[in-house]
Amino acid sequence: MVKAQVLVAGRGKAGGIKPASTADEAEEVSRTILGMTVKGEKVAKVLVEKRLASKHERYVSIVVDRAAKCYTILCSTEGGVDIEDVASRQPEKIFRHQVDPLVGLQDFEGRMVAKGVGYSGKQMVQIASIVGKLYKIMVDCDAELIESNPLIETENGEMVAADLRILIDDNSLFRQKKFLERAKTYEPDMTALEIQAREKGLAYVELGGNIGIIGNGAGLVMATLDMILDYKGSPANFCDVGGGANEDRIAAALQIVLGNPNVKVLLINIMGGITRCDDVARAILDIQKKMGITIPMVIRLVGTNEKEGQKILADANIPSLNSMEEAAESAVKMLGARA
Amino acid sequence: MPILVGRNTKAIVWGITGSQGTFHTQLMLEYGTKIVAGVTPGRGGQEVHGVPVFDTAQEALSKVKANAAIIFVPAPYAKDATLEAITADLNPVVVITEGIPVKDEMQIMEIAKQRQTTVIGPNTPGIITPDQCKLGIMPGHIFKPGKVGLVSRSGTLTYEIAASLTKNGLGQTTCLGVGGDPVVGLSFVDVLQMFKKDTSTKAIAMIGEIGGNAEETAAEYVKKTKYPKPIVAYIAGRAAPPGKRMGHAGAIITGKAGTAETKIESLRSAGVKIAMKPGDIAKQIKRR
Repeated sequence: MVKAQVLVAGRGKAGGIKPASTADEAEEVSRTILGMTVKGEKVAKVLVEKRLASKHERYVSIVVDRAAKCYTILCSTEGGVDIEDVASRQPEKIFRHQVDPLVGLQDFEGRMVAKGVGYSGKQMVQIASIVGKLYKIMVDCDAELIESNPLIETENGEMVAADLRILIDDNSLFRQKKFLERAKTYEPDMTALEIQAREKGLAYVELGGNIGIIGNGAGLVMATLDMILDYKGSPANFCDVGGGANEDRIAAALQIVLGNPNVKVLLINIMGGITRCDDVARAILDIQKKMGITIPMVIRLVGTNEKEGQKILADANIPSLNSMEEAAESAVKMLGARA
Repeated sequence: MPILVGRNTKAIVWGITGSQGTFHTQLMLEYGTKIVAGVTPGRGGQEVHGVPVFDTAQEALSKVKANAAIIFVPAPYAKDATLEAITADLNPVVVITEGIPVKDEMQIMEIAKQRQTTVIGPNTPGIITPDQCKLGIMPGHIFKPGKVGLVSRSGTLTYEIAASLTKNGLGQTTCLGVGGDPVVGLSFVDVLQMFKKDTSTKAIAMIGEIGGNAEETAAEYVKKTKYPKPIVAYIAGRAAPPGKRMGHAGAIITGKAGTAETKIESLRSAGVKIAMKPGDIAKQIKRR
């Protein structure tokens, strides 16, 4: 089998996995796969491995169980398909086992998992060994997901993890340095601006609309996007400058959000808690001059020293509003006026 | 009686000598919070805004009386600091730090469970009982004593809604952020149980967001227990696309799970009033 090595799921359906019977054929197939694009990522590497005569396709994964606050092993006889479909249609077909985060996985737990999906004897031992190895990778690499789909039972009864997908916890990168470079460069479904934003430490997601949004705090920015939708507008992005919104961060955010040519109106929503609104207002004006921003802006600025902040903006002919509702409505209206 | 923190709360600050810790220690002291000590290994003997700094929790507790902790130390050292606070029997332990690996969070929560310690956070603005105690980084002036208990997964959105409760003359009993990470100490259900017992809390404002199923679990709990107090909820993230992390590590729709729509639907069917805008929470509570 020749398999494209890409950091996206669903490479098989996209033609990134092909069989070959001879060495020559493998070379030929590799040539076609290398250089092809799978979901936006160019294939730079292929894995050539022994083709397995598969009798059954099974499923095994380890996930972070948010509710139980531990790793949970999921195992199912229904492999090779979308596990979410199995989970919603036949939840009884998935065996679940929670692992104590302090003691870690013990061998017997792997055997329980194998028994849970109906395997005994040598096959049970093989599955337990695979589960143990997956758990070790999970812990050693700070993964938040490790998934073998399919886990294959071959015609001669061997259990083999034929595919493996691993997601690393972004928060662990300070100690998982081997993934640091990869996290920066390989994100095929990220846009150029999203990559830039990540380098600057800003949470930024492009959304395809035309109203640029900047705010402080993830929940507040999400609420702002929702409100734009409610007023029948279309947000261009999610952009969170974070709690202590200083001038540098606001400047970086403006640069990124306005880097998107679709943005026709800009909405800034700052709930200045401890941040002083007059500082934020001055920062916005300063940046507006430096960057030569010409598109219309709506600013909602409340919190400590809000009156001073709003006056600074008013003197510069930038409307600033007290409520989120007014700000969102006015941003959508402005867009209508421009169109 | 408010929940978790009040007049009798005496807290130790981990990371008091760092910039965030120093800054917020000052603001908490100005608010009237009793900050009795700080812990920074290697800085024992110093003082920050008049608060004595110790090398270890054990040493601090041999000199001062304390019953709560707040953690500001950076993510790589946060597990160590939090476990020191938990094993020193401080309760609750508020973890402000953002960016702690989920593996560390799971271990912290397991030990907290064994020692019956309440962990608030990580990645939380903290907890405040207006005019009594602020253990967190929220702007104190927007909160006023009142009758609404507020529980949230967010920071600034909490301030937004608290400010509107204050403006509408409702005020708050206790406000707390459970934290924006996938694994946190308190669930909505845990906090709803506390507000249920608290006689001063007459209504609850619940602020959820996309990702996970904490809101759905809360809905089941409300339905099953015929929850006796009115709850109004706001769920952020209706405009969020699947598979993208919206700022918070925990705010991500995976496949078809964790969308705002499913959360709103399950809460509504449990009898929880849904506010479609943050500002509507106060209006809806007033109407009841």
